[in-house]
Amino acid sequence: MQIFPCPFCGPREEHEFLFAAEAGKVRPEPAAKVSDEEWAAYLYHNDAPKGIAREIWYHQTCGTYFLMTRDTVTRDVKDSRFLSEAST
Amino acid sequence: MTTRYSSLALLREGFRGHRGWRPAWAKATPQPAYDAVIIGGGGHGLATAYYLAKNHGIRRVAVLEKGWIGGGNTGRNTTAVRSNYFYPESVALYDLALRLYEGLSRELNFNVMLSQRGMLIAAHTPAQMEICARIANAMMLNGVDGELMGPKEAIARLPLLNQTADARYLCLGGIWQGRAGIARHDAVAWGYARAASALGVDIIENCAVTDLRIENGSVKGVATSLGEIRTERLAVAAAGATPGLVAGAGVHLPIHTYALQAFVSEPVKPCLDTVLLYLGTGTYVSQSDKGELVFGGGLDRVPTHGQKGNLPAQEKVVAGLLEMFPAFAQLKLLRQWAGVVDVVPDSSPVIGPAPGVEGLYLNCGWGTGGFKAIPAGGWLLAHLLATGQHHEISRPFDLDRFIKGRLIDEAAGAGISH
Repeated sequence: MQIFPCPFCGPREEHEFLFAAEAGKVRPEPAAKVSDEEWAAYLYHNDAPKGIAREIWYHQTCGTYFLMTRDTVTRDVKDSRFLSEAST
Repeated sequence: MTTRYSSLALLREGFRGHRGWRPAWAKATPQPAYDAVIIGGGGHGLATAYYLAKNHGIRRVAVLEKGWIGGGNTGRNTTAVRSNYFYPESVALYDLALRLYEGLSRELNFNVMLSQRGMLIAAHTPAQMEICARIANAMMLNGVDGELMGPKEAIARLPLLNQTADARYLCLGGIWQGRAGIARHDAVAWGYARAASALGVDIIENCAVTDLRIENGSVKGVATSLGEIRTERLAVAAAGATPGLVAGAGVHLPIHTYALQAFVSEPVKPCLDTVLLYLGTGTYVSQSDKGELVFGGGLDRVPTHGQKGNLPAQEKVVAGLLEMFPAFAQLKLLRQWAGVVDVVPDSSPVIGPAPGVEGLYLNCGWGTGGFKAIPAGGWLLAHLLATGQHHEISRPFDLDRFIKGRLIDEAAGAGISH
């Protein structure tokens, strides 16, 4: 069982968390001018990085979405912070 | 040249003390250039090389494998083969694979130990039985051998299944596919490697691709740990490693990578002669020819590139197995392992040209279901490499489906677990 740090609750067991998305995506606007290609890229493209990843996670028990920086090979957690504290 | 395997060859070698067997495939060193290069020496990559040489006469082909052949997901799955999917596009794809599997031992002159012992997707609520009826009907409409099985026949096929009064999941029946079964996973990789090697394909192990060489939007070769290799036709069949390989070429994929675990118990006498997937627990199990119970379940829910599993998923899978078969609690686990699977939002593979790069072709996104599709994945990718055009069966699985919105959502259709 891996322990993940929720910025609101502190360290909690991994099954309380859900991976939501890779961080850094910006919704293309305005909708009327967004092409199908741009929209598909926003919806579906992932980097699936091997190594350090910045990800948005959801802590189901407190309802917090937050930014977690992890190593996807070793599983080490590098950083965990509220989205409001994230740079992008 | 490799020996043709036959009972006569076995008898002859028996008399000669087995001194005449040759290596099944040649260990090659890279040539400066090839007509086609395939990255990934798993089942899909090796099958692609074989069908390129066999179906299309293209024999100056290299398969580049960073480790050893069949050492990735081909050697890490639970060996089930089946075509019990929902959508016509999927059934066309997976049943092509199953039909090729049915003739594969003879085709390759290598025993892949295909055992069509049938597969039951078992239901335990009336609602699940309705879904099963829907999928079984779809399978029949798509021309494959699916049928809805009642509880009596289903339970008769599963003698150790917990059907006591206090069992949590009483079996109501389910979907039966008689042509489904298991095959020896290593033999599939080795058989394709041997047959491809005999046709002149170079299989190069311990050769990691570090970069794709692309000029003016066209493939010109690859940089590898063993030097530069020139080619104008490049295929990537590298499962979870695909996004990292093609990102430098500006190709983006709808892939998340997760660990999928599998488990093997100590060997016991025959006690289960079908492949079983239980909808109530999400655990699936079969018994290998050696007597081991081979089982698995859903994905680990933490994106990863590490080939190891985590404990919550292990607990869920083992609990599911024991819920179905309490007697198995006495068994020891022999091995547990994980593979990195490339999961796509609609749980269907990506087969087709990489957008924006001439000469680059993709075969990925199989998620948890790649082993059963190896012959079809190879057949279709070889067709793409040889002709530059889609085969009609691979056309729906092009990356453009994500732009057009024509997803083939087998997660919703066949209820597969990712």
